[in-house]
Amino acid sequence: MATTISRIHRRDIIKSVLIVLPSIILIGIFVYGFIGNTIYTSLTDWGESAGLALHPVKHFVGLNNYKKLFTDIIQNRFRQDLVNMVFYSIFLLTGTLSLGLFLAVLLDRSVKYEGFFRTVFLYPMSLSFIVTGTIWRWLLAPSGGVNLIPEIFGLPRGKFLWISNRQTILIFNWQNVLTILLVPFTLLMIYLLIKNFIKADIKKGIIYSIAAFFFLLYIFVLRNILPPVLPYKEPHGFKLATIGIIIAAVWQYSGYTMALYLAGLRGLPASIREASKIDGATEFQYYLKIAIPNIRPITLSAVIILSHISLKLFDLIYAMAGADNINTGHPSINMYLTTFRANQFAMGAAMAVVLFIIAALFIIPYMVHSHKERKSG
Amino acid sequence: MRDINVKKSFFYGFLIVLALAYLVPVYMAIVTSLKNPAEISLPTAWAFPEHINFGGFAQAFSLLKTDVFNSLILAFSATIISAFIGSINGYVFSKNRFKGSEIIFTLLLFGMFIPYQIILIPLFQLLNFFGLYGSLTGLILAHIVYGIPIVTLIFRNFYDQISNSIMESGRLDGAGYFGLYFGLILPLSIPGFVVVGIWQFTQIWNEFLWGITLTRTESNPITVGLAQLAGGQAVSWNIPMAGALMAAVPVLIIYIFLGKYFIKGLLSGSVKE
Repeated sequence: MATTISRIHRRDIIKSVLIVLPSIILIGIFVYGFIGNTIYTSLTDWGESAGLALHPVKHFVGLNNYKKLFTDIIQNRFRQDLVNMVFYSIFLLTGTLSLGLFLAVLLDRSVKYEGFFRTVFLYPMSLSFIVTGTIWRWLLAPSGGVNLIPEIFGLPRGKFLWISNRQTILIFNWQNVLTILLVPFTLLMIYLLIKNFIKADIKKGIIYSIAAFFFLLYIFVLRNILPPVLPYKEPHGFKLATIGIIIAAVWQYSGYTMALYLAGLRGLPASIREASKIDGATEFQYYLKIAIPNIRPITLSAVIILSHISLKLFDLIYAMAGADNINTGHPSINMYLTTFRANQFAMGAAMAVVLFIIAALFIIPYMVHSHKERKSG
Repeated sequence: MRDINVKKSFFYGFLIVLALAYLVPVYMAIVTSLKNPAEISLPTAWAFPEHINFGGFAQAFSLLKTDVFNSLILAFSATIISAFIGSINGYVFSKNRFKGSEIIFTLLLFGMFIPYQIILIPLFQLLNFFGLYGSLTGLILAHIVYGIPIVTLIFRNFYDQISNSIMESGRLDGAGYFGLYFGLILPLSIPGFVVVGIWQFTQIWNEFLWGITLTRTESNPITVGLAQLAGGQAVSWNIPMAGALMAAVPVLIIYIFLGKYFIKGLLSGSVKE
């Protein structure tokens, strides 16, 4: 009896493996194999001369393309695109998270016609970026649409150039980019080391101290000794032309964070709300001190998904500003132009790899985390 | 008592203003699409059309009808095929776990989080090699393959909610591996198919990057057609607005009438339900 069961069991396992095998092979080739292939392409010179030839001659050039992306004067645009992407991500995240949470809290008290309001706040999410981008482009036209709104209140019409703006603010020198990136990390390390020493966790405290020490060493000493990343000053900053795109993106995705937060708030047991009421907490205090800390895992999921979306702003930027608008650029658009318009496949591949690495920094820890959770839960 | 009423009406007034703000783009698209080209000018952008004119829709439709048709074929075929792949995969990863199946599942999921630029060049090369570059078939293939992670995830979450005791009693009745799937699980899967179907259909309908990089003009999906229509400087704005509404209507209908299922698909994208 026992042997027949295990024989059936073994046969079931074989069936299971055979069922998922095609998916494993397809994902193996189309995801993992293709990632490897793109990384390889990025290390060649494909596209320099024989872009679309039947048998293009490729030479291995090591990290040359990456060096060009970060230091060559011709690739100035790519560096500004990276800066734009950082700003797009920061504003998309803070905008959608705060607006979404605000909407969720508004709807989290037995609101009449809640279904209607939820539908209205969430519908933009169902639409294509191309559809919404086309409409927003018209809304943000320089002398119409949104700029006319002040007239309703008797004010002079707005003059802001939304998408064709050429102004840059918060300008910094690319030679200082490492320092600027390291400052927040250094502050974080100092915060963590103080926290751990107070908690008397000496081991962790020492690790953070070492990290902080090396960061500070770079910022105050090494930076002045080492040769600069660029031989000349190169200004980059926040392009005002991106504001319109950020507004459209926040409009489109705040309903999504609202839906996530609302699901989280509804998942909290009613008893803790009652308990906090009995303790004399106001509604505001309930959300600030109890509800929001309790739905932190949702914020984590939302941050991951939204940073992923900010990497995909390609469609929205394409529809609102066109691929050739330098001021609203994004690495994904640059990758498209470099690869499919200029046929510089190797350089395009290098851009894709940079994008991929940035995405992987967020996604891999998240996937490991949720894998462990699935195993334990 | 009066105080509470004042507070309440203030609260609802605020909600209504917010809702109206969210609806502004739709209002703008509708009024602009119904105007005469001669009537469209920036200073009167907010005004109602003086004479309702469906010419914009007629022109947009004649310009975009092949693209709409392509998108319908694309979205229906890719959605149906990937839903069945997801269902059978989900059956394995939920009800027939084996040693290593969890890690395989996690490795499959990775495919839905990558920025697609990283696979675009080899995908283009592969389709070119098989003579599928530029065709709708190539685009359908791409959507099916890269849809595997999300459809598998949604079905797995769905089957996790079906109690294992049903499986046990099915086994006691003598049902085998596929008997359980076709006789028991599949008939219970209709809500799962609805969620996956809606999610995949809207995602594929809305997709743009592969459309613009992998298809030629005659097999462009609607998003590419619309982007080209709106990107041209010469056309008057009622046509792209009508085109945008045409591209929006199928997904909006799905969203408004089957919103509950749409949200389920949406939330499952955050890995845990």
